[in-house]
Amino acid sequence: MLGLLRKQQRFTPAAPVASHEAGPTAAVHCRGVTKRFGSADSGTWALRGVDLEVPPGQMTLLVGPSGCGKTTLISIVAGLLEPTAGEVQVLGAEFARLSGGSLVRFRGANIGFVFQQYNLLPALTALENAAVPLLIAGQVRRQALAKTAAVMEAVGLGDKLHSLPSQLSGGQQQRVAIARALVHEPRLLVCDEPTAALDADSGRTVMELLRRVAVQPGRAVIVVTHDSRVFSFGDAIVHMSDGRIDRIDGSPRV
Amino acid sequence: MHWIALKMLTGDRSKYLGLIFGVTFATVLMSQQVSIFVGIMARTGSQILDVRDADIWVMDNKVRYIDEVPGLRDNELLRVRGVPGVDWAVKLYKGQVRARLADGNFRNVILFGLDDATLAGAPETMVAGDLADLRRPDAVIIDTAGYEYMWPGEPVVLGRTLEMNDRRAVLVGVCKASAPFTTLPILYTRYSEAGRFVPKERHLMSFVLVKAAAGVETQTLCSRIEEQTGHSALTRDQFFWKTIRYFLASTGIPVNFGITITLGFIIGVAIAGQTFYLFTIENLRQFGALKAMGVSNGRIVGMILLQALVVGLLGYSIGVGLTAIFFESTGHITHLAGLHMYWQIMLGTGAAVLVIVVLASLLSIRRVLVTETAIVFRT
Ligand SMILES: Nc1ncnc2c1ncn2[C@@H]1O[C@H](COP(=O)(O)OP(=O)(O)OP(=O)(O)O)[C@@H](O)[C@H]1O
Ligand SMILES: [Mg+2]
Repeated sequence: MLGLLRKQQRFTPAAPVASHEAGPTAAVHCRGVTKRFGSADSGTWALRGVDLEVPPGQMTLLVGPSGCGKTTLISIVAGLLEPTAGEVQVLGAEFARLSGGSLVRFRGANIGFVFQQYNLLPALTALENAAVPLLIAGQVRRQALAKTAAVMEAVGLGDKLHSLPSQLSGGQQQRVAIARALVHEPRLLVCDEPTAALDADSGRTVMELLRRVAVQPGRAVIVVTHDSRVFSFGDAIVHMSDGRIDRIDGSPRV
Repeated sequence: MHWIALKMLTGDRSKYLGLIFGVTFATVLMSQQVSIFVGIMARTGSQILDVRDADIWVMDNKVRYIDEVPGLRDNELLRVRGVPGVDWAVKLYKGQVRARLADGNFRNVILFGLDDATLAGAPETMVAGDLADLRRPDAVIIDTAGYEYMWPGEPVVLGRTLEMNDRRAVLVGVCKASAPFTTLPILYTRYSEAGRFVPKERHLMSFVLVKAAAGVETQTLCSRIEEQTGHSALTRDQFFWKTIRYFLASTGIPVNFGITITLGFIIGVAIAGQTFYLFTIENLRQFGALKAMGVSNGRIVGMILLQALVVGLLGYSIGVGLTAIFFESTGHITHLAGLHMYWQIMLGTGAAVLVIVVLASLLSIRRVLVTETAIVFRT
């Protein structure tokens, strides 16, 4: 039933969303989400009640001072962390209702990840790394690698397919990570500080790449960032502080 | 996923080799020490197994093991022969005497005095000379290892003489015999000659060797002999195990070997376990990333177990190989001869290695499973 719902949604063209108001077409829908780490009396509140809609077909930036809860929020949105309270719906699936196993499968099929630390497997070549989501999905290795090669081409690493991560620059590793995040065509891409470990130039290349390759109709892209130089890449900027959302700026792009 | 697991495992060559080394080390230590232990224990009773022609050993009922046997009175032989179901029964002397060599050196030797008429209990395989020559006056036969021990580095020369109890003995043959526990030379002679070679003892007959008549069950015959003579009657296997049990219970040997073997196991667990655990901890982020990307906990467990089993199998194979090479290359050394690997020990070591790698991976698995997947976002 859920699967059917998802399938239908996949073919719903992304309606042009003017602002981040609630709507059935939102890819991510959070209502009253809180998260406390530690015990009830001595724990810290990382999120103190977050309402958020993220539309597909756009790049949404999540910004705010260190410790304000950005990583916590996208971990919850990506199904890696359970909220203490509140409602999270992603691509039509209500996380609270998914069993552990189906949540894992849901993540594998629908969400792509880009991490600040790349998290590539050091023993695998760039091409093999980028193919991992297809291998997880059970594709035959040869097919998976063939399909991945095209994506590697798209991120500009067609000539580095057989390099090990240790032989690549930080920017190149992050591009491998982006290829890996996109290879299985997920409908939600979450990126935590994808440019934080990179110099300004590589950072810009990565953001341009995300803009050009990742943002697609029907795919929502959430990018957590500290880096005000990349603010201009977002369609919308969600400002957080102290576990709450302060305001949301639409940043009209030219 | 299996492919990724193996790539992860072999990706870091030095850690991979370190893991295998740990398992190899444990395997060698355990399989080699257990084999030597079993071999040495088997030696304590090897002279019993060497006697193939008799079924039953009759002895004083207080005997605890083969090397400590008081003599029976000569007429006991007749009483044993009188037990129904006995095909034949003969005397056997077994004891230790001092042999003086031509050059004045002397050696303690194990002396067997075989029944003059039948030579029951005689060695099965001659290396030099003829068993029949044992019937010549003063004749003795020595085992190969014993010859090397008495006349090191010298070629086999028959006809050389030695003295026991100031009586001259002439070497007429060299035979094969299982190595005894004490690694002393083994000399065979006739019972009547033994009487001259052994310093005066009241009763020379250590054992009566018995062959059961066709169709008579050995165990039943043992009971019957015990009943009628009041002596202890044991089958070859029973006497063998009785001797081994004595050494197990009354010497420090099992404790010593037990400690070494336990240490092998513990060191194996420690080295392999710790290296493997560290290996997993270092890969925690990688496992976290895989979990985030949709790999279930079950498949993570499968990956770690696969890695552990591969390491275990490789380490075990190399270890067993090294142990085999050890026994192969020491086989010609006299005092190590006859020690070898037993397949049961290989199986047992394999089981221990399996326990080691599974224990090692359980720790790692636990750690990976309790780690929040969200660590992938942590720097
Ligand atoms: N696993 C955890 N256990 C305890 N406290 C945590 C944990 N993760 C986050 N926190 C706390 O929750 C708060 C929000 O953390 P979070 O990582 O979401 O911040 P952030 O906005 O991503 O910061 P940064 O910009 O530095 O990455 C912080 O106070 C942090 O210390
Ligand atoms: Mg963060």
